[in-house]
Amino acid sequence: MAVIPKSWNVPQPDVLTKKIDHGPASMGLQKGWMSTTPVQIKEGMHCHAALAKNLKTVGMPNPRDWSVMGDDWKLPENWKEIVLDGLKDRLGRFRSFQLFMDICVRCGACADKCHYYIGSGDPKNMPVLRAELLRSIYRKNFTLAGKLLGPVAGARNLTYDVLKELWYYLYQCTECRRCSVFCPYGIDTAEITMMGRELTNLLGLNIDWIAGPVANCYRTGNHMGIQPHAFKEMIDFFVDEIEDVTGVRVDPSFNRKGAEILFVTPSGDVFGDPGTYTAMGYLILFHQLGLDVTWSTYASEGGNFGLFTSNEMMKRLNAKMYAEAKRLGVKWILGGECGHMWRVINQYMGTMNLDVAEGSKMEDPVSPITGTKFENAKSTKMVHITEFTADLLRHNKLKVDPSRNDHLKVTFHDSCNTSRGMGLFEEPRYVIKNVCNHFYEMPPNTIREQTYCCGGGSGLNAGEDMELRMRGGLPRANAVKYVHEKHGVNKLACVCAIDRAVLPNLMEYYVPEVDVTGVHEMVANAMVLDGEKKKTVDLRGEPLPGKEDSE
Amino acid sequence: MNLNNLLSEKRSVILKKWCDLTLQTYPEESQSFFRKKDQFANPVGHTISEGLASIYEGLLEGADVGRISEFLDRIIRVRAIQEFSPSEAVSFVFGLKSIIREELGSRILQNGLSEEWAALDARIDGLALLCFDIYAQCRQKIFDIRVNEVRKRSHRLLQMAGLSYEISEDNENNKDNGDLQEDK
Repeated sequence: MAVIPKSWNVPQPDVLTKKIDHGPASMGLQKGWMSTTPVQIKEGMHCHAALAKNLKTVGMPNPRDWSVMGDDWKLPENWKEIVLDGLKDRLGRFRSFQLFMDICVRCGACADKCHYYIGSGDPKNMPVLRAELLRSIYRKNFTLAGKLLGPVAGARNLTYDVLKELWYYLYQCTECRRCSVFCPYGIDTAEITMMGRELTNLLGLNIDWIAGPVANCYRTGNHMGIQPHAFKEMIDFFVDEIEDVTGVRVDPSFNRKGAEILFVTPSGDVFGDPGTYTAMGYLILFHQLGLDVTWSTYASEGGNFGLFTSNEMMKRLNAKMYAEAKRLGVKWILGGECGHMWRVINQYMGTMNLDVAEGSKMEDPVSPITGTKFENAKSTKMVHITEFTADLLRHNKLKVDPSRNDHLKVTFHDSCNTSRGMGLFEEPRYVIKNVCNHFYEMPPNTIREQTYCCGGGSGLNAGEDMELRMRGGLPRANAVKYVHEKHGVNKLACVCAIDRAVLPNLMEYYVPEVDVTGVHEMVANAMVLDGEKKKTVDLRGEPLPGKEDSE
Repeated sequence: MNLNNLLSEKRSVILKKWCDLTLQTYPEESQSFFRKKDQFANPVGHTISEGLASIYEGLLEGADVGRISEFLDRIIRVRAIQEFSPSEAVSFVFGLKSIIREELGSRILQNGLSEEWAALDARIDGLALLCFDIYAQCRQKIFDIRVNEVRKRSHRLLQMAGLSYEISEDNENNKDNGDLQEDK
């Protein structure tokens, strides 16, 4: 058979397809995965290391500038002791963590459910194997079988290489919990990742895409480090844009004491397109309702990258919401479209920061427009904006003309956190179906509880890990492509600021015909406002088909 | 008897081998997963098996380059962001030549179809060249996305500070005519 001359120094095609080295194989008795260290850390597959200044701002250990690609990660001398002590401490404090370390029978139900695995085929992106990287250290140091039998019992020593491999894959998990849905034992892999990441933080091994926003949030209240005056100026800017489009001048208030409601949303809505159009949607909604609501330039961020750092950091950054609600004397808090913000609120806030809310004027949330009492928000005093708007629509308190969105064929991406973290499925769909005439669901195994991650959650939406994001986002993009080809879908709606930052890029790569929108952008575009001028363009300034100016 | 008859006759065998060869480029533990038949649970495997089948049909039918490119694009778009070097990402195309040789080589010669065979080989080489284009476009797209993402993140702040303005599409088009616009 003909071959390419050796002197050309290029690989032979038939060799190429057969001998690509992905590292030692077999997960069976040989436990090939245990000997794959040192891990090959690749460009495009990891985020940059946390800067010393960002760790210093919040007093995290071992602040120094280091490089992920460098051989020396500049760890403290007793790093091993720190990790093992940290592991022991967490096993004692969190019973769920201890259980998750012990009860996995490696049935493999989770193995092919992770978006990173589905998109890459890298066995260590199987949730079970990713967790085994940590479990093997646990077994070696905290179980009798592991101590005695070592590798036969799936145990291995904590070495520098093992730590690097563990780190690499802990930061290739978006804590989306899709795998947990399929686990017959209910193991929450996201919590294993969270614990693993807490351990890396004891050594100063965070990524800067998380550490930066954490430090900024701590200093100024939001991820971007925007100061109060700039936050207000940005929203004032929206007020002008809204007037240009609708002819109506909205009049938001800031830090207003005595307001009935405090509104908190991710800062991505205020500073990053296309979230900005969703923020304009909120402003229009509040104005039309005459809602007694105030924005805060201090609680100017709903997002909480503390969740991806440690539970203590999450609590610390979250406290501002209740502190501000108390300071302003509001009755309850309304929350914008965000993903992980809602996991923190729905699962943790009501208990972890209750002491901050003590002595405040907060009550069980009641919609001032419909009188609906949000029983589900009793413990947190915080209502999701799609719950609020769905209730308005249900009671016919919002005048909308869905035909204004007739040029849109919409599908809805359930965010991991709002779906698996709080069970918010119907409200966003109810809102969308009331403001749009053309709505199409993606296939059942890609939505609701089984929704696929955008590929950039849990602090992994940096620029430098774009390949990782494209692998992880592939299953989601694939489902969008399907509804685009089948129904002509051209809008992907979501209720998460990280989705709004990540999905447009994912679409640009896989399905460029589909654009991304927040739900309240579409709500505002459909709303019929008192005193509005004839609308010819939407909030993005794009012409509304059939409504063009005849002049 | 012509070459197309032979290729149609052996379609399922050749396609299975081609698909196997392509899937062999993935880690051993994941190959069985990529063989699962669920378009949404296994998008990579589905894209590859459907794509290869369509490309094969296209070759047989003498489909135009646009249609064949579309399916090549689907496969390359995925492989361009996976754990492959550029040559590894596109290597599967050449595999088809070896498989056809293995499966049909002697019969092609017996039937005196070497001219047609050479033409087919040339078309497969053409596919490989298309793959280079598509692969490069995909990588270029990734870099563009990275740059645009940085721009989008800070765009509103710069706009507010009066430090940015957008070049309209009209001006963008004028660029091609040598009318250069400088960004502020």
